[in-house]
Amino acid sequence: MHPALQGLITIIIGVGGCLGYFYFSNQILDKVIFPPKKNDAGRNINRANAVRPWLFLLPAIIALGLYLAYPVFSTLWLSLTDRSQDNAFVGLANYNQMFNEPKFWEAMVNNMLWLIVVPAVSTAFGLLSAQLTDRIAWGNIAKSIIFMPMAISFVGAAVIFKLIYDARPVDQAQIGVLNAVWLQFEGGTGSFLFLKLLPGIIVLSFAGIVSYIGWLTLKPLLPGETNQGGGLMAIARLIAVVITAYIIVRSLLLAVGIMSSSLPYGEPQQWLTLPFWNNFFLMIVLIWIQTGFAMVILSAALRGIPEETVEAAIVDGANPFQVFFGIKVPQITGTIVVVWTTITLVVLKIFDIVFAMTNGQWETQVLANYMFDKLFRANDWGVGSASAIIIMLLVSPILIWNVYNARKEMQ
Amino acid sequence: MDGMAGTSSKLTWAVHISAVLLVALWLFPTVGLLVSSFRTADQISSSGWWASVFSSEQRTVIRTVDPDDFRIEENSAFAVTGDLFAADEEKEVIAWGTSSREVEAYAPGDLVDLGDGESITVDSEGTYSWKGNEEQLSGRGKRVFATVVSPPDFTTDNYERVLFSGDSTDGMAKTFFNTLTVTIPATIIPIVIAAFAAYALAWMQFPGRAILIASVVGLLVVPLQLALIPLLQFHNNIGIGKGYLGTWMAHTGFGLPLAVYLLRNYMVGLPRDIIENAKVDGATDFQIFTKIIIPLSFPAMASFAIFQFLWTWNDLLVARVFLIDATGETTVMTNQIVELLGTRGGNWEILATAAFVSIAVPLIVFFTMQRYLVRGLLAGSVK
Amino acid sequence: MADIKLTDVNKIYGGKVHVLKDINLDIEKGELIVFVGPSGCGKSTLLRMIAGLETITSGRLEIDHEHVNDVPPAQRGIAMVFQSYALYPHMTVRENMSFALKLAKKSPQEITESVDRAARILQLEPFLDRLPKALSGGQRQRVAIGRSIVRDPKVYLFDEPLSNLDAALRVATRIEIAQLKEQMPDSTMIYVTHDQVEAMTLADRIVVLTVGEGIGQVGNPLQLYERPENEFVAQFIGSPAMNLLPGKIIATGKQTTVRIAGGGVAVSDAPSKSSDENLKVNVGVRPEDFSETKGDYIFEGEVDIVEALGEVTQLYFKAQKGGDPIIGKLAGIHSGLRGETVRLTAEPNKVQVFHEGKSLYYR
Repeated sequence: MHPALQGLITIIIGVGGCLGYFYFSNQILDKVIFPPKKNDAGRNINRANAVRPWLFLLPAIIALGLYLAYPVFSTLWLSLTDRSQDNAFVGLANYNQMFNEPKFWEAMVNNMLWLIVVPAVSTAFGLLSAQLTDRIAWGNIAKSIIFMPMAISFVGAAVIFKLIYDARPVDQAQIGVLNAVWLQFEGGTGSFLFLKLLPGIIVLSFAGIVSYIGWLTLKPLLPGETNQGGGLMAIARLIAVVITAYIIVRSLLLAVGIMSSSLPYGEPQQWLTLPFWNNFFLMIVLIWIQTGFAMVILSAALRGIPEETVEAAIVDGANPFQVFFGIKVPQITGTIVVVWTTITLVVLKIFDIVFAMTNGQWETQVLANYMFDKLFRANDWGVGSASAIIIMLLVSPILIWNVYNARKEMQ
Repeated sequence: MDGMAGTSSKLTWAVHISAVLLVALWLFPTVGLLVSSFRTADQISSSGWWASVFSSEQRTVIRTVDPDDFRIEENSAFAVTGDLFAADEEKEVIAWGTSSREVEAYAPGDLVDLGDGESITVDSEGTYSWKGNEEQLSGRGKRVFATVVSPPDFTTDNYERVLFSGDSTDGMAKTFFNTLTVTIPATIIPIVIAAFAAYALAWMQFPGRAILIASVVGLLVVPLQLALIPLLQFHNNIGIGKGYLGTWMAHTGFGLPLAVYLLRNYMVGLPRDIIENAKVDGATDFQIFTKIIIPLSFPAMASFAIFQFLWTWNDLLVARVFLIDATGETTVMTNQIVELLGTRGGNWEILATAAFVSIAVPLIVFFTMQRYLVRGLLAGSVK
Repeated sequence: MADIKLTDVNKIYGGKVHVLKDINLDIEKGELIVFVGPSGCGKSTLLRMIAGLETITSGRLEIDHEHVNDVPPAQRGIAMVFQSYALYPHMTVRENMSFALKLAKKSPQEITESVDRAARILQLEPFLDRLPKALSGGQRQRVAIGRSIVRDPKVYLFDEPLSNLDAALRVATRIEIAQLKEQMPDSTMIYVTHDQVEAMTLADRIVVLTVGEGIGQVGNPLQLYERPENEFVAQFIGSPAMNLLPGKIIATGKQTTVRIAGGGVAVSDAPSKSSDENLKVNVGVRPEDFSETKGDYIFEGEVDIVEALGEVTQLYFKAQKGGDPIIGKLAGIHSGLRGETVRLTAEPNKVQVFHEGKSLYYR
């Protein structure tokens, strides 16, 4: 049978089946099981109404249970068994094996790098473009264009950026934009400004922002301040401060590294094969896609800020930057957190970009691609499942936080 | 904000310029792909795509026609005339030369004396006239080093090749329909299932409702990577193996949490009075759902439909795991492109065209339905 | 049409919050009953219980002598007009009005007739093919009413139907509802509002609900105004609220004389027994029943604030320790009273006496 025909039939059977199921199950409930007869009409109607929600929910519960809830436990079990030993229970052996693989740690480190850079940069760009486009007459067109990559597949984006990163031998015309631009630099003042000073400043300001966040986190623990939330919160804060301190040190080292590096001017570069830096070239693809998302959400939040607060600040003598950072940004902190976590979720599951552009070579491995490798190339279901569980563990704080918020909201 | 007190005109300019730069930066990559898909392989490899939209200047070496065959005798002198370019080429010579050391020695129209009465002239349209005696005009054609300006030149050959050639390695036509076959049922079925569940979660009273809503929120973030192996096993066990049916079911399952979540949030926001009024009017739950809720929830369903469409169209992982078998008959576009990246990494004209074919449909959907997409995003993220 | 009987009806939310306590009420056929009460008294909840949109925790509800506690809304023979109108936004006016009839499987001809008749009564004929969003607030309100007329119910339920309208339209629509009632003398109507003017002008009888203490009083509007059964009703009906002055009974009989703490003497037409002497009571006088006097007085005090409204002048006296300020409302313009000491008195039949919150008139 032709697949298109099969698809059509599936739509009809699927949709018709769903509708038919809902219609007839309701009919049976009302007419056959609990018919509203004269004596106990009220009671039967109430009984039918107690059953009806479950009729409505049943297909969804089955689908969700089978396709999302069951696999979580099944994967957990698979990660504790060995397929080659007839699915025997092997305890944590798979995890042990995985933790001894350098490729796994490479994936972990890279994923952490992605987790820091992509949400931060996307949110920052999103905020910037939201603020810019909200203030201009052609803002909607600009928004559409920045938002557009959202519709492009990761694979499509991978092709687009592979073209940008393309390299040709030095004596041929460069067809990749990046190399064409790169060859314009020859080590003069311009090169210093754009390739050393500017990135250095960006990394330093990133370190600055991180230190500020770290300081805000640390502040309630200092003597003379009140720490709300007790000991657990204090420990969480301390851990956060240690992490930020680590990030600050690494960024400072990176900044020094950038400033003091000697760059191979005049040679076209295979960007995706440069260890460490190639991660950033992959991240750019995701940032390009996710910025539009951040912009749309943040723009709505910015427009939701009561105009009066901004006007009051202007009357109080604040300049546009003070208005933005002092009045607007604090009022949309909640939205920034939502955007940040949403992008974090995307990053944790990032697969297609790496798969299509480098397939984890040249030290660009990430967890999802590592897992795919294990599952479908090495056919090692144990270790593959173990790495899937690691992804699940990384996601779970956000999961718990979301559920907690949803429950709070409903009360 | 424009014209508000406290906004200086300098700042307004800065805003406009930054916005233009940002937009250009974001548009540039896609335009590069689009432009490249309209160029020939030679054009792509000889210059960057950004050069193609302007007239390009090239240095070429062209031989005149073979004098032994084409020379014409005139008053005991011989002449060879012709055109450096093919008849349909709109190129312009801006300088030329006869030796590789001085390629820009002469201007178009110059009559150059090559010694011993031999002369050659080339005009700006590429017409040349080479004159001399019998001995001079023999052997191979004369080499002309021309600096040529050619106008932007685009071709739709790539699209013809990718869409209509039926070539199994480069052709996208079949994969296009495969993708479509995956996408449409995988978009519609979850909406139907989710709409009923969302209504129950929004407007019906029953024990356990809060826990169910919380579970949906939780499942929203469960990575689908976890589901791959267990579900593949499950599909093999029930005998559907790899194929469309399993893919549709998988996409339905993976899309449901978002669908239920979006639709429930929307339905909860519908006015309670309307639903109660329908109850007073004598509508059953099923009638309230079909006659009141569904028509009023259209925007939310449209939002989800777009999400799910984009997600299933752009998906690679689910297709690779649940759909594509060893025969490769059911390959989807994303996978085809990944294969092309491997086999035809250097053939940018094919890659660019194939990629653009695959992103064209989402882009059309995006630009026509952007309103619903934005609304859905806002409903799904902002509390 | 129908009469409605509520017997010992209670509503308890979540086993804890006792919203409605022991409601006993007989509503007669053809009556227009208005539920009023402060916010949180459960007046809308009571209405929704009669409609069948809320369950009845305990007690018995009868419509037309039929026990309907478990009967779904559609089978109770009621129609309801909501505060927000609750028009179906995706249906035209005609579709809105015929929706219930279609669900009841009435013939198309019957539906058209009913809808046209209702549209004529409410002057909605030009709008029948419009969507609700193309109507003004007043027109939407009329569609909501029309939708209930079409069903020809035994009982009409109105849940604050005018509170989304602006002041001018509210008055106009109020009069329309009064006229509608005139045209349908047999239909029973229950009307919930927080607006006293609506209650006083529309009602045959008013039910005043207290917060958590059940019904305060049931009676026709003037009864409630002139002879409130208790302090709660006395203070709830009328604006500004009735003044309450603590005192002690010093003379009993057909009339009761009370010495007001720290002031004058009040004489009321409320009867009392000789055993009531020295009883601690509150004397209630409406601000508008006070008049200025030079002789015997009920209350004497220094005027704190004067509000001259033209037709009346409101005098606010300094509050006695802990109590509400005493307010007097004198007809006409009285200037220059601020800071003056003024004596107020009232006719004996306008003076209420409450013992432990209950009026002596109702003993």
